[in-house]
Order: sequence, then structure tokens, then C-alpha cells
Amino acid sequence: MKRSRAPLVVTIAVLIFFYLPILILVINSFNASRFSSTWGGWTLAWYARLWHEGEIWHAMQNSLIIAVSASAVSVVIGTLAAFALHRFDTRLQKTQYLLIYTPLVIPELLMGLSLLLFFVAIGMNLGLLTIFFAHVTFCISYVAMVVLGRLQDFDFSIIEAAQDLGANWWTAAVRVLLPLLAPGIIAGGLLAFTLSIDDFVITFFVAGPGSTTLPIRIYSMIKFGAPPLINALSTILLVVTFLAVWISQHLTEEKR
Amino acid sequence: MASTNYLEFENVSKHFGSIRAVDRVSLSIAKGEFFSLLGPSGCGKTTLLRILAGFENPNTGRVILNGRDITDLPPHQRRVNTIFQSYALFPHLTVRENIAFGLRIEKRLKKEIDTEVDRMLALVQMEDQAHKYPDILSGGQKQRVAIARALIKKPEVLLLDEPLAALDLKLRQRMLMELDLIHDEVGITFLYVTHDQGEAMSLSDHIAVMNLGIIEQIGTPAEIYEAPRSSFVAAFIGDTNFFEGKVTDIVGHEYSRLTIDGFPDVLCFNDKHISAGNPVFLSIRPEKFHISRDAPPNSNKRNIMRGLVEDVIYQGLLTKFWVRVQEYRLSIVQQHSRFLLDEKPIRWNEEVWISWHADDSFMLERYSESDEQLVSLPPENIGDVNGEAATPE
Ligand SMILES: Nc1ncnc2c1ncn2[C@@H]1O[C@H](COP(=O)(O)OP(=O)(O)O)[C@@H](O)[C@H]1O
Ligand SMILES: [Mg+2]
Repeated sequence: MKRSRAPLVVTIAVLIFFYLPILILVINSFNASRFSSTWGGWTLAWYARLWHEGEIWHAMQNSLIIAVSASAVSVVIGTLAAFALHRFDTRLQKTQYLLIYTPLVIPELLMGLSLLLFFVAIGMNLGLLTIFFAHVTFCISYVAMVVLGRLQDFDFSIIEAAQDLGANWWTAAVRVLLPLLAPGIIAGGLLAFTLSIDDFVITFFVAGPGSTTLPIRIYSMIKFGAPPLINALSTILLVVTFLAVWISQHLTEEKR
Repeated sequence: MASTNYLEFENVSKHFGSIRAVDRVSLSIAKGEFFSLLGPSGCGKTTLLRILAGFENPNTGRVILNGRDITDLPPHQRRVNTIFQSYALFPHLTVRENIAFGLRIEKRLKKEIDTEVDRMLALVQMEDQAHKYPDILSGGQKQRVAIARALIKKPEVLLLDEPLAALDLKLRQRMLMELDLIHDEVGITFLYVTHDQGEAMSLSDHIAVMNLGIIEQIGTPAEIYEAPRSSFVAAFIGDTNFFEGKVTDIVGHEYSRLTIDGFPDVLCFNDKHISAGNPVFLSIRPEKFHISRDAPPNSNKRNIMRGLVEDVIYQGLLTKFWVRVQEYRLSIVQQHSRFLLDEKPIRWNEEVWISWHADDSFMLERYSESDEQLVSLPPENIGDVNGEAATPE
């Protein structure tokens, strides 16, 4: 029997639909012409110009500071939350699960707005700190979910085996639990990092003067029209994000 | 024995909600012996083992090891080690690192650890697998690593929770022999948990038969097989034919006559001095019968009766017969002591003589309700598919 070609065709069409714009963007970042409609030959000029854009680097720096610190903090809190969720099964934990799960599905707009109102209400000055808090809020959820997934198929009899062989609870956790959970924790951290570094909507609400992050910078550059520069910048971002996602997937899939 | 109470459970109970997983268990185990806990699944064997390892706190009772009360010690401070049923090897460590784990925790010198690990690898014959990770090992190999990992700690007691249950039959028999050899070689006290009577019988110095959290009987394999003290033990260990009867009179000092509905009167050894009029169970193991075409020589201690062969299963080493005597169908096993082909074998639908010595059967008092249940629920390997052997029809 001849297999239908339809699934293959649809798959290719979808892939083209998704990736063609990105491909065009990447190619255009090497386009010597200012206009993407005409090809002016290969160049690295935009990347060179990018190098001298102080504001972009400042924004990049802000983004990195926030992404690194927010993902580090949410890795710790998210992992602990996952443990609490896994270990206990009371009504409190069901509520906690709901609370941790909600940020994954709630519209970003709503979250950004409510965070903004909250920060204003408590009289906090909008700036890097408020962005950091906002990012930690949603990153915790992602980390907790990834780590919880690992915990759910973790064989806890090996912890008992370690205790049986003379390890106290702390040693067993460090020698056995942590090494086996590490891929999950790191994957959660990388996921948090990528989410934080390119978050626009929530950041847009809670950012203040002087705390512009890269996505917001790019947005305002588009308004003032500098597409070739943005193409170059986006390409760099694309490569970084791909790397992070690739490493994170590699770690999650690694056999236990 | 001088050191019968090397390991002692004193009145140990563990409840999970309304379930009494372990119910007032008292046990004494001698140093160096191979001791088995035998019982059906769910009878509390694992729970008792976990109490000894320190993973469960008993609700009542004490555990004394080598003169020291260890009831309240955490697991890592007890000198006992466990072979877990699922092996519980560390997946992120190689065979060598798995075995070394216990000594690394003790922060022993690297050289010392290396020699010990080498010795253990040799003991379980895993020298050439030392660098592999557990997930590519076979079941039997994982088993060996688990044994080596526990033994390297030189525990005072080695706990084994159904260690062979996950292996296939052939490997099981081989590991059975290896466990026996390892026990002889290391001289450590083994506490072995199993639901398989064959394993327990062939390895143990002593067996404790458990049922519903209670110890039914403790004894050597022979004592438990030949002189079970409850109908549960009689039915759980080996096959047997059960009869419900009543003592009618006492014959001499040690024998009594029983009447059984739908069966001839029988003479039975009565060491328990059950008096006339009491209801009893009579149990006769299949191999205790003698079956023949000619009448056996008369003797006053032998029960002799006629029966009709209803089924014959030839199994090489032995032959199984189903013989009807009045309302009962008896399960009888005969071993072939000589070459049979020159004799005419007993066949289906033949009238035969069956006999057994009064000393070869035993009586059990009927007192509890669980006893009553047993007659209608004979063990699996007695009887035909309906489990109707030796029950009146
Ligand atoms: N952690 C637990 N919580 C509740 N019930 C348990 C727990 N562990 C064991 N039990 C119950 O205790 C009884 C004995 O279990 P176990 O010791 O595992 O039996 P065995 O090892 O003889 O099969 C069973 O009825 C089991 O369901
Ligand atoms: Mg068990």
C-alpha cells in the first residue's frame, strides 16, 4: 500500500511557515543593503555597527543581570517547591500546586499589569529590582514543574540504600539525590534563563527609566527604524537561545 | 547454642492505620545462622525487615542486636545492610563505585577501599564488569553487585528481601546455590525474606513462618515440614491431604483413633495428647502413602485401605496418583526406587491398596476460624484445578 504524502507535505509547509521568516532575518543581517527587499551583497557591517551601539550593550547587560539572577534564585526556590509538592500530599499542597501552576497559563498581560499595580501600591520604584522580582515570579513555576517531573519518576529506594550503607540524610541527598536530579535542575534553570532574557510583555509593565532590557530596546529601535541592526542583534540572540534550549533538552533527555 | 539471642525481636508490633502489618513478634536469631522469614505476600515480612534496618519505627517492642538496643537508631547507625528487592543500585555510579559507596561514606583510605572492592568483586565474580553502569547489567549481575555492596560493610546481619523474586527460574536456582556458598564463606548472619517455601527450605538453618503479621511457627526446615503446629503451616509448607475428624479413643500412650465422615477410621500419632471427643485436623503428606496392587503386610501401626485410582501423572522422578477412598480424593506421590519397566505400572481405574504408618500423619487442633477456612482453601498444588483434593464431595 502506498502511504499518503499529505502528512509530509503539511509538515514541510508548517516548517517553512515557521522558519522561513527567521531564515530571511538571518540572511538580511548579512545584507549590505539597508532594505531587506534588495540584496546588496554580503557584509558584516551591521554587526560592526552593533558593536558601537552603547545603549544596546547597556540593555544587554541589564537583561543578562536579570536573567542570571532571576534564574539562579528561581532554581533554588523552584527546586524546594518541587520537593515540597512531591513529598507531601495534603490539601495545602494541592493549593500550592495550583498557585505554582497558574503562572504558566495566566495571560502575561494580566500578570504584568497586576505586578505593576502591586509594585506601585507598595511604593516600590520601578527598575531592575522590580523586573527581577517579576521574572522570579514566573520562572519559579517553570523550574518547579521541570524538577517535579524528574522527582515523580525518581526511585526513592536508592536513597534508602544510601542510608542503609551508612549515609545520613544529608550525605544521601548530596551523593545520590542531587547528582541524579542535577540534569533536571539545570534544565529548569536554562529554561528560566531563556524565558527571562526574552520576556517583553511583563518586563514592559514593570520596567522603569534606566532599566531598559534588550527586548524593550529592540522594540523602541524598530519604532525609530533601524532594521538591519535589529536583524544582526536578533541573529545573535537566536544563536544564544538555541544553544540554551539545546543544552537544556540534552540534559532532560539524558538517560538516568 | 551459646549465642541463640544474637538478634532479638521482643514483642514488636507495627500498625499502618487499622492494618497490623507486624503483630507482637518475638524472635531470637543465633550468630552466623541463615534465618528465613517465610509467608504469603502481605504477611508483614518486609515490614519486619524494615524495622530491623531502621526504616520503620515499631509501635511497640524492642530490637536488640548483639546486646545493644537498636530500636531508636537511625538506619545509617545500624550495623545491618539490606539487599533490596529492586536492588536499588545507584544508576549514576559504576559497579565499582556502587560497591565502594559504603566505605567512601566512612572516609576510609583509598588504597584500603580498592583492596576491599577487589575482594568483593572476586567474591561475586564481577571483576570484568567493574567499570560498567548498572543499567546495562543483567538481573543476576545486578543482584551480585547488590550483595557485594552490602557485604563490603561487614554487617552484623545481612537482610535480604526476596532477592531472587525478580530472576527467572534457572538463574534463581543458581543464585540460590551462590547465596548458600557466600553465606558459608563470610559467616555473617543472614535474615532472608521470601514467600517461596522451596528457597527457605533449601537455605535456612531456621525458618519463621508468618501469617497476617503473626509468627505461626519457628523451627528447622524439617520440624516445620514434619511437625507443623498449625494448619496454616501444614498447608503453606509443602502439599498435604487435609481431613476434618474427631478423636474417638486413645490407643496406648501416644496414638489415637479418629473418625472422619466419609472415610475409614484411622490411627494417628498423638503427641499433643488431644483427648477423646475433640475435633481435629488430620494431615497426611502425599509422599507418606504407600500404594500397591497387593495387600501390604499387616501391622498394628499401619492404616490400610482400598482405593480406586482416578488419575496418574508420570513425572520421571516420581509419579502422582489421585486415589478415591470413599468420599475423599487423595493426592499420593511415589518415588521410583527401581527401574519400573519390568513391572506393570499402576494405571488409571485400578483398584489398589494404600497404606501409611500412623507416625507419618499428624493431627492439629481445630480452634480458630482461620483454621476452618483452610480446609476449603487448600494450597494451590494440591488437588485438581478446582482444588478439590482430599475434601469430601
Ligand atoms: N507504608 C505502608 N503504609 C500502609 N500500609 C503498609 C505499608 N507498608 C506495608 N503496609 C501493609 O502492611 C502489610 C504487610 O506488608 P509487607 O510487610 O510489605 O508484607 P510482605 O513483605 O510480607 O509482602 C500489608 O497489608 C501492606 O499493605
Ligand atoms: Mg515484601
